[in-house]
Amino acid sequence: MNWITNYVRPTINSLFSRREVPENLWTKCEECGTMLFHRELAENLNVCGNCGHHMVITPRARFTALFDNGTFTEVKVPEPIADPLQFRDQKKYSERMKGAQKSTGEREAMLVAKGEIGQTPIVAAAQDFSFMAGSMGMYVGNAIIAAAEEAVKTKRPLVLFSAAGGARMQEGILSLMQMPRTTVAVEMLKDAGLPYIVVLTHPTTGGVTASYAMLGDVQIAEPNALICFAGPRVIEQTIREKLPEGFQRAEYLLDHGMLDRVTPRTQMRDELITIIRMLMNKEPLAVAVAAPAKPEGEAKAEAQQEAPKK
Amino acid sequence: MTNYLEFEKPLAEIEGKAEELRAMARANPEMDIEKEASALDRKAKDMLSSLYGDLSAWRKCQVARHPDRPHCIDYIDALFTQYTPLAGDRNFADDHSVMGGLARFRGKPVMVIGHEKGNDTKSRIERNFGMARPEGYRKAIRLMELADKFGLPVITLVDTPGAYPGKGAEERGQSEAIARSTEKCLKVKVPLVSVIIGEGGSGGAVAFATANRVAMLEHSIYSVISPEGCASILWKDAEKMREAAEALRLTAQDLKELGVCDVVVKEPLGGAHRDSKTAIKAVGDAIAAMLKEMDGQRGRDIRDDRRRKYLELGSKGLAA
Repeated sequence: MNWITNYVRPTINSLFSRREVPENLWTKCEECGTMLFHRELAENLNVCGNCGHHMVITPRARFTALFDNGTFTEVKVPEPIADPLQFRDQKKYSERMKGAQKSTGEREAMLVAKGEIGQTPIVAAAQDFSFMAGSMGMYVGNAIIAAAEEAVKTKRPLVLFSAAGGARMQEGILSLMQMPRTTVAVEMLKDAGLPYIVVLTHPTTGGVTASYAMLGDVQIAEPNALICFAGPRVIEQTIREKLPEGFQRAEYLLDHGMLDRVTPRTQMRDELITIIRMLMNKEPLAVAVAAPAKPEGEAKAEAQQEAPKK
Repeated sequence: MTNYLEFEKPLAEIEGKAEELRAMARANPEMDIEKEASALDRKAKDMLSSLYGDLSAWRKCQVARHPDRPHCIDYIDALFTQYTPLAGDRNFADDHSVMGGLARFRGKPVMVIGHEKGNDTKSRIERNFGMARPEGYRKAIRLMELADKFGLPVITLVDTPGAYPGKGAEERGQSEAIARSTEKCLKVKVPLVSVIIGEGGSGGAVAFATANRVAMLEHSIYSVISPEGCASILWKDAEKMREAAEALRLTAQDLKELGVCDVVVKEPLGGAHRDSKTAIKAVGDAIAAMLKEMDGQRGRDIRDDRRRKYLELGSKGLAA
C-alpha cells in the first residue's frame, strides 16, 4: 500500500499533469474579464465570446481565416536600407528591431499576400501591431507599394488591414515620407480602376490614418477600434478638457461620417466578399459555394454571432 | 528690439553694450564712442558667424521657430503681386492658419498656399499658431484643384508646428483631410514647388510639401515629430529634446543628403530674422529657379515625375 501511495500514484499524477500545458491556456478578456480558452478564442478570431471585444490578431492568423481554405501566397516585399539614420535613443534602433523580430517571428510590421476569398482573387496587406506598434517605416511603405503593384499586375482588388501607432520615429523623415509614398501606391490602384478597401483595426493612428488608411474606396472598421490622427491623451493635454465617451472610436467616427461601416471581425470575410464581388461586377456567390472554403473556426463564430458590444 | 534666443545671450550682451554706448553718445554729442562701438560691432559679428556657422540640430529648431522670422504673409507681400486671397473649404469654415489664393509671381499667375503663424498675440490666436484644422487642408485641396483646372503652377510655403490636436479637428476628419491633401498634391498636372520657410511639422507639412521640388531655408526643419514629442516618447523625458533633435536628422542639410529636400536656400548671417529682406529675396530666386526647371514640360510628365520621385525616395540612407 505504501509503495502504491508513495510511488505509483505520484508518478501517475505527474504523468498526467505533465500533459497539462503551460499557463497561457487561458486568456483574460481585457474588457469584461472573462477567462477565454485559447483554442476557442483563436477559433473566434481573437474576439471575446462574452462581450465581443476585439483583441489583437496577427496578420498570419487573420490571413488564415480570411483566405479560402486558409491558403495564401506571400507577396515579396523589397528590402529597404536598414536603419537609414543609424538612430539611437535609449536603445539602438537596430536592437529594437531585432527584439521585435524575435518576439513576433516576423520580418517586419506588414504582411502582404495573395489568394482567393470566396473564390474571388484578391491581394491583402495586414499591419502587425505586435511588431513595434505596427509603425510605418520604409518597409511598410515598400510593402504597400508591392501590394498595389501586385494588385495592378494581376487586376485584383487590394484589401488593407491597418493597425499602427503611427510613423516609425526611428526612421525620422523617411518614415514621414511614407505618407506620400503610400499615397502614390493608392493612386496606382485608382488609376487602374481596382477597388481599394481599408479595414481599420485597433488602433490606427497618426501618419498611417493620415495617408493610406483613410483613402479607401470603402472604409470599414472593426468595433471599438481607436482611429485618430492625434491621440486622446495629446488632445486632452492641449485643450485641457475631458473628451466625450467613445471619442475617436469606430462607432463615433461612423456617427461623424468618417467611415462607411463598422463590422465585427467574424463577419468581415463575408462582407468583403459581398462588396468586392459587386465592385468587380461579378455574380453573387451561391451560398453552397461559399461554405466549404470556410475554416471550422469561422463557421462556429458565425453560429454564435452576437450584437457587438457598444 | 531684437528677440534673442537662449544661445544668443552672450551676443545680446555685446550688442546691448554697443547700443548703450550709442545711446549715451546721442545724449552727449561731445562723447566720441564710435571706435569702441564699432569694435563691439565687429566682435558681435564674429560671434554671430561662429554661432551660426555650426548650429546644432536643436538650435536650428529654435531659429526655425524664432518669433521674428519672416512668415508666409511676409513672403506673399514681398514676392507676389495682385495677391487675391480665396477663402473657405465650402464645407464648414475658413481656416485662418492657412493662407492662399491667386497671385502673380514675377508677372505670371500662380496659386500660392501657405501656413501662417501670426506675429503678435492677437494674430497668433487668430492664425492658431499655424496649426491647421481640417478646413485648412480642404481649402488647400480646393485651391490646388482650381490651379490644376486653369494650368497655374502651385507654390506652397510651409511653416507649421503640425496639425491642430483638437476635439473638433478630429471629429471633422483631420486625418482624412491631410490624406486627401497629400493625394491632391500627387494628382495635379501643374508644377508644384514647396519651400519650408520655418517649421515643417509632420503630417501638416506633408499635406502641402509633397511637391516636384522642395526647397528648405538653411535653418528650417522638417520632421516626423517635434523633438520634444520624440523625446517624451522614446526617452520618456521631454527635456531630452536636444538628443532627439540630433537623432531625428531634421535639418535642411541632412534632408538634402536624404533626398527629401532638393535645394537649401542660404540665410543671411544670424538667420532669416536678422535680415528678412535678403532671406525673402533668396526664397523668391529659389522658387523661380525650381519653376524654370519644369518650363515647357507636359502636365502628365510633371505629375508622373512627382510620383516617381516619392516612390524612389529613401533608397539611400545617410552616410555614417
